[in-house]
Amino acid sequence: MSTRIETDGSSPTPSKKSYGPAAGPTKWIDDRIGLAGLAKKQMRKVFPEHWSFMLGEIALYSFVILLLSGVFLSFWYDPSMTELEYEGSYAMWRGVEMSTAYASTLDLSFEVRGGLLMRQIHHWAATLFLAAMLVHMLRVFFTGAYRKPRETNWLIGLALLQLGIVEGFAGYSLPDDLLSGTGLRIAEGLMRSIPVVGTYISFFVFGGEFPGNDFIPRIYIAHVLLIPGILLALITFHMLLLVYNKHTQWPGPGRTNNNVVGYPLMPVYMAKAGGFFFVVFGVTVLMGALFQINPVWVFGPYDPSKVTAGSQPDWYMGWLDGALRIMPAWEFTVLGQTLSMNVFLPGVALMGLLFGVLGAYPFVEQWVTGDKRAHHLLQRPRNAPTRTAFGAAGITAYGLLWISGGNDIIATHLNVDFYTITRSLRILIFVAPVVAFIVTKRICIGLQRQSSETVLHGHESGIIMRSADGAYSERHVPVSAEEAYTLTAHERPDVAALPAERDENGVAAPHSGVQRVRARLSRFWYADDRQKPTVAELEEANSHGHDDSATELEAADDEFQGVNELGLPRRH
Amino acid sequence: MTTHGSHPAGSEGDEHDGRDSTANVPAKPRHTGERVVLRTGGDPVADPGLGEHEPRPTDVDPAAEKRAERQISLLFATSALLTLAFCVAYFAIPRDAVLFGTSALNLALGVSLGLALLLIGIGAIQWAKTLMDDHEMVEMRHGSASSEEDKAEALAAFEQGAEESGFGRRSMLRGTLLTSLGVLGLPAVVLMADLGPLPGNAPRTTVWAKGVRVVNDITGEPLRPDAIQLGQLVNGQPGVFYEIAEGEEHPEYEGTELLNAKAKASVVVVRMLPDEITNAGSAAKGVDGILCFSKICPHLGCPISLWEQQTKNLICPCHQSTFDLADGGRVVFGPAKRAVPQLELGLDDGGYLIAMSDFTEPVGPSFPEMYQD
Repeated sequence: MSTRIETDGSSPTPSKKSYGPAAGPTKWIDDRIGLAGLAKKQMRKVFPEHWSFMLGEIALYSFVILLLSGVFLSFWYDPSMTELEYEGSYAMWRGVEMSTAYASTLDLSFEVRGGLLMRQIHHWAATLFLAAMLVHMLRVFFTGAYRKPRETNWLIGLALLQLGIVEGFAGYSLPDDLLSGTGLRIAEGLMRSIPVVGTYISFFVFGGEFPGNDFIPRIYIAHVLLIPGILLALITFHMLLLVYNKHTQWPGPGRTNNNVVGYPLMPVYMAKAGGFFFVVFGVTVLMGALFQINPVWVFGPYDPSKVTAGSQPDWYMGWLDGALRIMPAWEFTVLGQTLSMNVFLPGVALMGLLFGVLGAYPFVEQWVTGDKRAHHLLQRPRNAPTRTAFGAAGITAYGLLWISGGNDIIATHLNVDFYTITRSLRILIFVAPVVAFIVTKRICIGLQRQSSETVLHGHESGIIMRSADGAYSERHVPVSAEEAYTLTAHERPDVAALPAERDENGVAAPHSGVQRVRARLSRFWYADDRQKPTVAELEEANSHGHDDSATELEAADDEFQGVNELGLPRRH
Repeated sequence: MTTHGSHPAGSEGDEHDGRDSTANVPAKPRHTGERVVLRTGGDPVADPGLGEHEPRPTDVDPAAEKRAERQISLLFATSALLTLAFCVAYFAIPRDAVLFGTSALNLALGVSLGLALLLIGIGAIQWAKTLMDDHEMVEMRHGSASSEEDKAEALAAFEQGAEESGFGRRSMLRGTLLTSLGVLGLPAVVLMADLGPLPGNAPRTTVWAKGVRVVNDITGEPLRPDAIQLGQLVNGQPGVFYEIAEGEEHPEYEGTELLNAKAKASVVVVRMLPDEITNAGSAAKGVDGILCFSKICPHLGCPISLWEQQTKNLICPCHQSTFDLADGGRVVFGPAKRAVPQLELGLDDGGYLIAMSDFTEPVGPSFPEMYQD
């Protein structure tokens, strides 16, 4: 066994060897801030490796890119609503009255060298930041990485996603062009829909009536100081908890709930993660160079009486806009108070609902399953069919809302009238998630059964054999011990049952309603799962495999690669 | 026999309803009072342990190792050259130069810097993958919780501190302190009051009033009924936005004030055959089939600008609320609840279209006090 085993904190005993050029500066620093104790533990910290662990990294790196490019932009951007006559080099608006904010954005695009590049890098990085956070969240959800002890980090992550959405919206409102003004107009309408205090909120936020003079400077300070400050603090905390709780890993040979198998931070992950930062940065810069994003000079200065047809928000706001589009016109006036449910429910309450459900999910799952143990091994989505099905239902609903946000684009491109599209979406938004839930759950259970089959009987070879007495059977290729272990390394779940209605002494202990609900939910959660094969099942499968062992193929040394035309396992 | 469906045990059981799935587990499920433990089948396969380390070509072949080192160095060196190229491009390429229909400067700066960064990244990753030690390491986890002793000591320290402070005992001190800290929240709220004026009647009123001329929003020219063709839609504004009073150099409304006023006062003027107007009350507010409606959507305030001449429908481009202008601006589709408000038109002495009053319904998105006096 050539693998080196190092346990936490047991570094090799120091010898009298000299430590090279790092010793001097290290001593200088340590004499003052004494970091060696921390450094010896963390320097060679082990991180597991999997492509899906890089999604969160992309989000982190885009945030760094946003900070760098944002500082550059802030040197020239001027968040002022003072009107001026544009005299820059973009001919179309020369002589036109516009806000200083819009004029300085045009100057950044045409006058400042590299300014357009930085603007586009900043916008692409924001798009990527939100996308990476969302996909990272889905990865964490579908693999159960939010389970104890990582619920706190799940909640921090949700806060980051919400703040990211607000930050992104604030950012593309700053140029004060026609498109961003249209977005703000809608945001103002959303504020007004808040029952009782809506008008006041709108007047306080905008410093009076929309659009006013105050909003752009106010949202600027939120965009460049307040929200990034909170984001930075939360990201730091997110990373510290990641280091403290150590990263989750996929189960596999030698990978257990009690260890982490992977490569050390120094040097492998410093090089890999550091290199990946440059890759993300490089790709973002190339996008800024090659793909135009938010050409504000095309839209012109904001004018509340104008709009560009086919106005679309940035992608991460699309689902909210879609919800506004398909909502029926529910508005009531009760006791003199007008309740605009057609705006409040999709525009304000929906976001609360989404993040409320996501935030509660780990705790609901924990309560239903009664599982209070710490989990460091990830689950394959198929091995948690109910969770995966919930996730699929959520993605379906989100996707439909997102499609709703583009109903006019779909109507013009597919030549369907948008009345039909909108009416269909109003029904689909309720029906499709349920269908997605059922279908996904069945697919997961099917995949669980396939995994069990593979463990019990090996891979299908697709070759039919006829025995001497004329019976047909398919040849199977046994799986390697490593693969069989990996396929069965997950746990069998518990199903909560009701306790006996009489305790040991025969005293009646009637079930409470909560107990009954929980037992039912627990059955709903787990009872349909195909459990992994038991020891007995595997023994039985092996024993009747011996009857016709002649038809069994040799176990493949490495991962099964399919079979060649002779029916033999393919090798490299 | 290893064909599907031919083995007796296992797969039959799970055809049934899930409640029977425990039947697959030969060992009897254990009831532990609150839970049925299904974890009784055992782990069928033992952990084979970490596999052997497989050497890479660069581990065993010094030539491959040298080659990898040279390749990665080339990536880094190229990156440095590209960064220098970025600096040259910054000074060498004029701002207005065009290449492939786009800014040549943007293209040159972005491509050189992007590739320079990308090559550093690829080089570092390649270094890690080919040349750095790739033996997997195992680190043991520790529980996230502190040790029991630490917890006990922390709690004891907290309790001792709390005891010594007398916070629990001295209820008057505690009460007054908490009160004084609590009311500190008030200034935080009160100080926000000057963020904006109170709404008052502002959301209900616009600059329209009796006698204000309806003008074309591009030219600022007042509109005569005969200048509007049948089926045509004209974007209108109140004339006060364009008229310059005697002795003044600029119109009364400028800059932000103008935008604020426009956000409520923008209108559309349409002309239909009087027979086409199905709503008599609405027709009465017009002049010869010329009707004037607010351009601001009563849903979320977007300018409603898509005019379907045949159906007399006006569609909002933001959320597709559709209003029938032949029927008093009634909502025929979409999330808007209220009809788009109509402005009563008249003619002044010069024969130009004027408003007969302000809007009688609130313009723009709904708000809670909308129907209060």
